[in-house]
Amino acid sequence: MPKVHDRGGWPNDDPIDHSEHKMEEWERQVDALNGVLGDKGLKNTDQLRRAIESLDLATYESLAYYEKWTAAMEVLLVEQGIMTSDEIDAKMAALEQGS
Amino acid sequence: MASNEKYQLGELVRIRVGVPPTHFRTPEYIQGKQGKIATLWGAFPNPESLAYGGDGLPAQPLYQVEFPQTDLWQDYKGPASDMLLIDIYENWLEKI
Repeated sequence: MPKVHDRGGWPNDDPIDHSEHKMEEWERQVDALNGVLGDKGLKNTDQLRRAIESLDLATYESLAYYEKWTAAMEVLLVEQGIMTSDEIDAKMAALEQGS
Repeated sequence: MASNEKYQLGELVRIRVGVPPTHFRTPEYIQGKQGKIATLWGAFPNPESLAYGGDGLPAQPLYQVEFPQTDLWQDYKGPASDMLLIDIYENWLEKI
C-alpha cells in the first residue's frame, strides 16, 4: 500500500474534484505563518512535505489543504522544541473560551 | 549546480523499488517500471536530507523520465502515445 500522500491511481481512478472555494482569512494566515517560519529557518518545503506525509491516514483524509499545513507546522515546531503540544493545546482551549 | 550525471539523454532506466519510512520523491506507481531519460535537469540538494533539516549534500542529479501511460495503468483508456513525464532523482534509478 502506498504511503498516505502517494495518490497516483489510489484509492481509485474516479475523476478528480476540481471545484474551488474562496480563500478564507485563516488560510491566508497559515500561508503567512509558513513564510515566517521559513524566513526564520524553522522549516523548509521538504520538511513541511515530510511532516504532512507523517500524518496517519484518517487524519490526512479529514484535513483540508491548509489544515494539513497547520498540522505539519505543529509537528515541526514540537520536534525542534520551539513549542510543546501542551502549550498549543492550552492556547487552543483558551481561544475556544474567547480569551 | 554542476553535476556529473550517471545516465545520458535517451538512456533506458528502471525505477528502484522500495518504500523506506523516510521522505522520498518516487511514487510507488512507477517503481519497478522502465522509463527513458528525457531531460537532464542538473543536480539539486537532496530532498531526502533537506526533509530532516540536513544540508542536502552531496547534490543529487535530477532527471525527467518518460513512461508510456499504458505501462503504468491497467486498462489505460487513452491513446497509446500518451506519456508520463516525471522528475526522479538519480539515487532512485537503476541501469538496465
